[in-house]
Amino acid sequence: MNHPEEMFIGKTADISQEGCGGYRITSPSRRTFLGLLLSAGAAGVGALLSVPLFRFLLHPLLTATSSSSWKEVGTAEDLASVTSPVKKLVKIEQRDGWRKIVSEKALYVCKDATGQLRAFSSVCPHLGCSIAWHDEKNSFVCPCHNGQFTADGKLLGGPPPRGMDQLEIKIEDGVLMVHYQNFRQLVPHKEVIA
Amino acid sequence: MAENSYVFGRERRLAPPPSEPGTLNRWIDRRKYVDSFLRAVLDEAIPGGASLAYVFGSGLLYLLLSQVITGMFLVLYYVPSADHAHTTVAYITKEVTSGSFIRSIHAYGSSAIVIVLLLHVTQTFLFGSYKGRRKLLWLAGCALFALMLGMSFTGYLLPWDQKAYFATTVGTNILTYIPFVGNSLKSLLRGGTEMGTLTLSRFFVLHVFLIPAFIFAFVAIHVFMFRRAGPAGPVQGEPEALKQSTEPFYPKQVLYDLIFAVLIIAGLGLLAHYAPVDLGPKANPADTQYVPRPEWYYIPVFQWLKYWESGLAVLGILVIPAFVGLLFVALPFLDRRPERRPWKRPVSVSIYGFVFIALGALGAISHRHDLRDPSIAPQLAKQRADVEAFMKKPFEPELSGPSLIAATVALTNPVAAKGKKVFDQEGCAECHGEDLTGTSAAPTLIGVGDKRDSAKLESILKQPTDAMTDGGMTPVELNDEDLKNLIVFLKALK
Repeated sequence: MNHPEEMFIGKTADISQEGCGGYRITSPSRRTFLGLLLSAGAAGVGALLSVPLFRFLLHPLLTATSSSSWKEVGTAEDLASVTSPVKKLVKIEQRDGWRKIVSEKALYVCKDATGQLRAFSSVCPHLGCSIAWHDEKNSFVCPCHNGQFTADGKLLGGPPPRGMDQLEIKIEDGVLMVHYQNFRQLVPHKEVIA
Repeated sequence: MAENSYVFGRERRLAPPPSEPGTLNRWIDRRKYVDSFLRAVLDEAIPGGASLAYVFGSGLLYLLLSQVITGMFLVLYYVPSADHAHTTVAYITKEVTSGSFIRSIHAYGSSAIVIVLLLHVTQTFLFGSYKGRRKLLWLAGCALFALMLGMSFTGYLLPWDQKAYFATTVGTNILTYIPFVGNSLKSLLRGGTEMGTLTLSRFFVLHVFLIPAFIFAFVAIHVFMFRRAGPAGPVQGEPEALKQSTEPFYPKQVLYDLIFAVLIIAGLGLLAHYAPVDLGPKANPADTQYVPRPEWYYIPVFQWLKYWESGLAVLGILVIPAFVGLLFVALPFLDRRPERRPWKRPVSVSIYGFVFIALGALGAISHRHDLRDPSIAPQLAKQRADVEAFMKKPFEPELSGPSLIAATVALTNPVAAKGKKVFDQEGCAECHGEDLTGTSAAPTLIGVGDKRDSAKLESILKQPTDAMTDGGMTPVELNDEDLKNLIVFLKALK
């Protein structure tokens, strides 16, 4: 009983012996088993407790936040005279966590070969830069990586994997409406993302 | 019993330095350090053996850990600003997955800490474990007690609802009783003379950075000193006999501590699941009717303050509590006899008991007053109903630039633009607000079209409901076309 380490041998003396380094080595069976049991139990309870924490953390990823509704672009009458693509802005209400925000999105309205109105998203299908219309080149040019598109959105050249993304439109009470959506970048065919 | 009956050497032998610096060897050697660390932690010798009476300290450590983790997660969504705090807490409570549960664990956790802290202090007091070489241990514990009360006081304001706002207004006003520096202290804490967004920032910094830093430091000191001094053990028994019945911390005491932690987890989990904490309506400083009440553990002090008229207020509010607090802190220096058995220490035990009974009685008196006072009881009932009503409403996201919405609507839809003109001519904005978000006289009109169809809008415009009439709404008299345009405008307000 000279060394403090040995003081508590008392009750457990029967399962203890002196180790070579001066350490007390207890019989592995009982303490190890209990240790494993307690560790497993604690790990189990810990795992259980982390479930709500993970659900809390992942909430924004598991709930769709943006709304997609029809937005008015302008009267069909005004747009009937369009000869080259015109830039139009629509305001999209979005949920941004605990806020409801109004963000402005740009799109182009133009006419196809048959004289029908069409709308294109201004977001480049390559890496998402804003595409600009160049009258003098009679084409759309993406300022980031020089992707080029015709006046009706077909891919002319450059790195983009597909042509410009066409948006759904309809005319209601003489007003052109557009269904603004976002599309996945870098894929050969357009794919809607929430 | 002599406090020195059990002396426990602290020096631990660490594994010898590695003789061969191979990678594997080093890794194994590091494991030896881990082993020696585990040994140091788990082989703590407890004189007289493990006991259920010793579970409170580790229970507090567990609760602290739980508060830190849930607190960190809450900050993922919380914004400490008077504009957004209430919205973000409502978002956490009403919308975020498991948000109400985690917030409830955090809020109930603070009450649990107070309860376990009182049990821990009472156990320490009754066992006389503050005596002898454990004086500094007691002082570090007192610092932790004060810091915990600071945590609960600062945390209470953060949701920025009615009760948070008014309870903190009262709480910070108490500082003005302090002679000479009281007002300056109050302004320093509030970040100005009035409560506002700067108050919230300051409380947030105290709650999340400053006080926790001190708590971690004092917990480290407290635990270190505890391991230095060793557990005090039972209040009686021959030193030799205790030495014989000494038992290591692991496994029995670890098991007891874990059982207590599981009980805490189960208790908090059940409470959070079946009785989640609520959130009241957003703080409205203009509300003159509101009756604030602090968190339950401050109620006795709150009641105590009622008894002190202005002349003697300093005595009752500062001198007496400071004296009691000082008495508590100085306990190991006042009660220096080595005697630990509580029945041989009648004076200190009776004073301790009296203080607790008095606090309990004050709490009970306050509760009785609130139930019986005809000027208070109905208002408290109304406040509870307000909280319930607010909790039932779905979460409303904060609108960013609502006037922008109205302008956009008018710009993009020519019919709605005509409707907007009618809206302006009729003076609707006087009550419903220029930005249509409502004023104290009338509610917001944003989203009104989602809730009612055009026919319903037409009927209530022509003939407002009783509630609307009471609020000052008059029937709208317009020709059919103007009315139609107005309704298109209202429908478009999303």
